Amino acid sequence: MSKTILEVKDLRINFKTYAGLVHAVRGVNFDLKEGETLAIVGESGSGKSVTSNALMKLIPQPPGIYESGQILFNGRDLVPLTDKEMSKVRGNEIAMIFQDPMTSLNPTMKVGRQITEVILQHKKVSKDEAKKRAIELLTQVGIPFPEKRYNQYPHEFSGGMRQRVVIAIALAADPKLLIADEPTTALDVTIQAQILELMKEIQKNSQTSIIFITHDLGVVANIADRVAVMYAGQIVEYGTVNDIFYNPKHPYTWGLLGSMPDLDNDTDELLRTIPGSPPDLTNPPKGDAFAARNEYAMAIDYEQEPPMFQVSETHFAKTWLLHPDAPKIPLPDAVAKRIEGYLAKEAQEND
Amino acid sequence: MTKTGAKKILEIKNLQQHFGSPSNPIKAVDGISFDVYEGETLGLVGESGCGKSTTGRSIIRLYDITGGEIVFDGENVHGKKSKNELKKFNRQMQMIFQDPYASLNPRMTAGEIIGEAFDIHGLYKDKKERRAKIQELLEAVGLNKEHANRYAHEFSGGQRQRIGIARALSLDPKFIIADEPISALDVSIQAQVVNLLKQLQKERGLTYLFIAHDLSMVKYISDRIAVMYRGKIMEIGKADDIYNHPVHPYTKSLLSAIPLPDPMSEKRRQRIQYKHTEVDESATYHEVGDQHYVYGTADLVKTWVANR
Repeated sequence: MSKTILEVKDLRINFKTYAGLVHAVRGVNFDLKEGETLAIVGESGSGKSVTSNALMKLIPQPPGIYESGQILFNGRDLVPLTDKEMSKVRGNEIAMIFQDPMTSLNPTMKVGRQITEVILQHKKVSKDEAKKRAIELLTQVGIPFPEKRYNQYPHEFSGGMRQRVVIAIALAADPKLLIADEPTTALDVTIQAQILELMKEIQKNSQTSIIFITHDLGVVANIADRVAVMYAGQIVEYGTVNDIFYNPKHPYTWGLLGSMPDLDNDTDELLRTIPGSPPDLTNPPKGDAFAARNEYAMAIDYEQEPPMFQVSETHFAKTWLLHPDAPKIPLPDAVAKRIEGYLAKEAQEND
Repeated sequence: MTKTGAKKILEIKNLQQHFGSPSNPIKAVDGISFDVYEGETLGLVGESGCGKSTTGRSIIRLYDITGGEIVFDGENVHGKKSKNELKKFNRQMQMIFQDPYASLNPRMTAGEIIGEAFDIHGLYKDKKERRAKIQELLEAVGLNKEHANRYAHEFSGGQRQRIGIARALSLDPKFIIADEPISALDVSIQAQVVNLLKQLQKERGLTYLFIAHDLSMVKYISDRIAVMYRGKIMEIGKADDIYNHPVHPYTKSLLSAIPLPDPMSEKRRQRIQYKHTEVDESATYHEVGDQHYVYGTADLVKTWVANR
């Protein structure tokens, strides 16, 4: 087994607001191996972006508060580091790709300089060497005419090309961990497919670990090795990509899978929806945070928070339904039917 | 492009919408023709910049068209119209916008937003009647009457889009143009809004032009689909035919890029690259199946059909 590069233990992050203390991240645990991709999925407000920003220590303090927890990167805890110490980690060992390539590039600076800036900051190289490396990077991320493009401004690039520049900047200092926060959400499907292929290729070549944040389950199925499903600031289900897509255990995961239409869906059927909306995290509900939206909720769900039950060696879910005394709830029909269809198709492929 | 039995509610004939200087125009919509039948949903898909939103906006008169003809219910939409005729047209056709944050006035309550059209059209002048109508609309979109007195910022994204839908329904239109109505929403909320649109269509016999780039949602909601690229419609046909038997290489490429929530098939995914072939003057629409048309020259379409 390859080595663990990141370990997050009981991370809790709060924000001070006029309305009160918002408990945005409420005890998150996960780890990441070298060369692995972990996808974090969830709705807006589930805490997925706060978690990823927290890894880079990008939470402004105040109003943010690191209430507890450890972020062990290669065995070293990042939480107590000062800003100065962190700036040696940021961009160098951990790099980030943001959602909107329009706003994450500097419009008044040529893209070449935006890349060399990172190289010169973190590596002891001359300006000429940095330029050579920047052009290499532009080639690597699939930008045609890199020498010419080096001297252009971001507005001269299309959306997909801009996102490639952002990736080139992120790769400039050979980071060990790449955090991508919805990197393809603002892009067209065809461009999205190209960017996903590019990220997979980079990972294959340099053994970079990737944390990929998204709400698109199709993208998760395409890129992830492991998946963490977040709800109301907590990870509610955690497992390999096959565990989550073919053997989901948490009713929230069922809801997410069911609400996505399938190309084979019968158009007369209504989509399964998750009723209601996520809870207010200034005052997180007692018990299971998902109980109010869960059609299978039991009395205990309103009283006591469920622990993480272990389903298999790799698969965990935080729901009382997995307690030995709980009634056995079968998968909702729509989800079960779809999974059966996928597995049947797979069996056919293998014949 | 005809379909027997159903009544045409909208006919687009060689629509052109150019922007910029007349000597070097940007041809956002470059001569497209299609029909929409009463009670159906036509999905319009394509990448950003292909002209799909411009098409929707031209149909509802947000732009003055450069050329062509738009006929709604037997009447030319862009013909010279008196104020009264315009009002009549506006009652029939309404629009739902993409961004539920930007399309609601932050200084108006939900009730004022929904009821604004009543003042313009002189409807429901009696206060009680008006309140009852607003309440009925709120309930139709899954909100309740208490919501009428709240401002836009007090609602979540999904609820705001519901207000946008209630506003579009306020004048009992026949035809609704929905321009990416769910792109800004979360997956679970997207499903709620799509279900609502379907249910309203059934109850009120609405006709939709559904503009989107999320192909799996479009497949789910549409009866027919038109695929647009660089200002032209490349292929149009029944949703199942477009997805299962695409003919145009651009449609194939677009379909091959949709990620599915099935990790094992994703591991095998082969994306089809699209290389655009410039076509000459002879290019036109060729019938390749029942209600299924493809744009191209006769020779090209023949090769595509052979490779189907």
